[in-house]
Amino acid sequence: MSSSERFFDEMLEDGGGHRAPYRQYGSWFDNEDIGRLRKKASEAEVFFRRTGITFNVYGEQDGDERLIPFDIIPRIISAREWARLERGIEQRVRAINAFLHDIYHRQEILRSGRVPVDLIAENEAFLPEMIGVAPPGDIYTHIVGIDLVRTGADEFLVLEDNARTPSGVSYMLENRETMLHMFPELFADTRVRPVSAYPRGLRRSLAASAPMKCEGEPVLAVLTPGIHNSAYFEHSFLADEMGVELVEGHDLRIENGRVAMRTTRGYKPIDVLYRRVDDEFLDPLTFNPDSMLGVPGIMDVYRSGGITIANAPGTGIADDKALYSYMPTIVEFYTGEKPILKNVPTWRCSEPDSLAYVLDHLSELVVKEVHGSGGYGMLVGPAASKRELSDFANKLRAFPSNYIAQPTLALSTVPILGKKGLAPRHVDLRPFVRVSPRGIEITPGGLSRVALKEGSLVVNSSQGGGTKDTWVLEE
Amino acid sequence: MLGKTAGGLYWMFRYLERSENLTRMIDVGLRMALTRPDNAQDEWASVIDSAGVREGYEQVHDRVDAAGVVDYLLRDRDNASSVMSAIVGARTNARMVRTALTREVWEATNECWLQLKELLATPVAPRELPEALGMIRKQSALVRAALHGTMLRNETYNFSRIGTFVERADNTARILDVKYYVLLPTASQVGSSLDNVQWETILRSVSGHRSYRTSHGFDITPRGITEFLLFDRQMPRSLAFCYGKIGENLAYLEKGRPERLPSHDILDMCKQGFEGQSVDAILERGLHEFLGEFKRNNSTLGSQIEQDYRFHR
Repeated sequence: MSSSERFFDEMLEDGGGHRAPYRQYGSWFDNEDIGRLRKKASEAEVFFRRTGITFNVYGEQDGDERLIPFDIIPRIISAREWARLERGIEQRVRAINAFLHDIYHRQEILRSGRVPVDLIAENEAFLPEMIGVAPPGDIYTHIVGIDLVRTGADEFLVLEDNARTPSGVSYMLENRETMLHMFPELFADTRVRPVSAYPRGLRRSLAASAPMKCEGEPVLAVLTPGIHNSAYFEHSFLADEMGVELVEGHDLRIENGRVAMRTTRGYKPIDVLYRRVDDEFLDPLTFNPDSMLGVPGIMDVYRSGGITIANAPGTGIADDKALYSYMPTIVEFYTGEKPILKNVPTWRCSEPDSLAYVLDHLSELVVKEVHGSGGYGMLVGPAASKRELSDFANKLRAFPSNYIAQPTLALSTVPILGKKGLAPRHVDLRPFVRVSPRGIEITPGGLSRVALKEGSLVVNSSQGGGTKDTWVLEE
Repeated sequence: MLGKTAGGLYWMFRYLERSENLTRMIDVGLRMALTRPDNAQDEWASVIDSAGVREGYEQVHDRVDAAGVVDYLLRDRDNASSVMSAIVGARTNARMVRTALTREVWEATNECWLQLKELLATPVAPRELPEALGMIRKQSALVRAALHGTMLRNETYNFSRIGTFVERADNTARILDVKYYVLLPTASQVGSSLDNVQWETILRSVSGHRSYRTSHGFDITPRGITEFLLFDRQMPRSLAFCYGKIGENLAYLEKGRPERLPSHDILDMCKQGFEGQSVDAILERGLHEFLGEFKRNNSTLGSQIEQDYRFHR
């Protein structure tokens, strides 16, 4: 059985013709010389290497900055498909912010019994320090990257809500730059919605979320853990594109109730800090006392309206795996509407019926630890041995509330340019959303990650996944 | 501008300058070894001294020879003053200050690192050495060209230039000092007829042998060379030229500041050390002493700039 029979391919119909969004691209492609395209693909790699678009691998020498492989076949989404995604994402992000406000104030959703109190109270991502704190403009998630997967013509599902510090937007921008550079003629023929306004838009949204104590034009900065962080390229890229300073914890200190950065002319207050440092490391006085990455005392300044931290501390509770299965309820609770984008069906093993089902169907399911991340502690049923299955079943019985289970998804495919021409590979999509008092803005496109290995469903760059340029077509 | 960024730019360009200077020293060593094979070992020893790495070298090499010195100065990552260490240092600083650089400057720096990482991955064979040294200088020249061609003339530029000239002045003083010491252990010999080949090496090691002829003709004397490298305002590697540039750039940085920073006083002190002095007086008092004092002042100036402009604190 070939994969194209089992999975929805976004470019090719079962008969081999091009689906509507790909028609124009497809006819261009059919007239192209594969040799020329291959040459372009290797030029792209040289370009990425020369530009320094790399990610660092922790604990390795400076020689080991890696490239995320880039595939030159674009992932194309029609105007109609995008319009629906946009509505669904907007709704979901609105609900996430309302949820975060509620959970750190009156906790109506807990009182109503729709979300169990334990899930919040015993969750490390919930920060009691944020209770009663009102972030400027009541915005918690200034930047969100919702991970979507597709399983059919009209089936888009939310896999994860990245509400903490989503990364990858620099790849969205650089991938497009690279495509424009390599295939200018394509963009003359096909009307693709531009993504290049993202940094300017981000700057505008962040500035619009300035704190009470800001006087005059807001001063923004990006906080990075430093040049050894795996996403450092993105941090410097965004600071550069926005025209703001890129700071580290040791560039900052508290002065006169403000967070200030050390300049060649003394300390200068910052109004909005786009931080790419995790909650835990943000303030050694409040959280992890050993952190060298944060700023001692920043939480006090934050609580007194001296600085906007984007995203707000404590937003992680909204994208926690344990909460994920409640998202449809959360969306309905705060928006009064049915969710436009569906969740992946999820069994909560804490519920006896679900547990029984999961144990019966373990070999077909993906089981995740609720607090785990990066695939740690995960069981992929179809790929597991009998021994692994029975060991995992024991763990499940011993501590059911620690697990959720999901079906193995039939992720859609988009072709990549492989050794023998086009070859279908599984993809996901992370569109980027900005939230400010001006409203919710979604860049048309996003980061399409692609599993480069045949049959693989793992798109993570740390596991050898690549990326594609993502096109949203004009009406 | 962030203090950290100012520091990153300053060190990025110091390292870049250093990589280039090292190749010239190696060039000179090669040349001497070819033209005066009997003295080769002494020549390589003086190259190590010029680079200021004798102690480190002796810890890893038993004897001083071409292969050992060349490899230590080009590739040894444990040698903080090797070309490869300098290039890694320049690129690490460039990454840190990426937002202050134009795309051209960053890409030239990154390309320089990529190329040299490959070039210096394995020991460079003697017959490939001249080409390799040329390539290193070319890569660093490309970064400088991108700086001149694309960067705004603001603080970013000033700190880049100050780093360049503090390093260059140090380098010129070192070369002069080492050669002077080797050749003229006592002041009484100054002015006597000398081995032209030796003195020419000094000029070559600062890419100045042709320029010298333009300004002084074929009369190569210790006095002439000393004057050329200390005082010639047209010679871009002379101490006077370097300090003229440091002064200009510091003056830009000082504009609009209410207070005068201590680094400006130190700069004046350094300049007084050689401005208005005659070569004869310096030679009389001792060039070695003069250069020693200059190097100390130059390094004090560097540290004071780091403090005044809050590179670290």
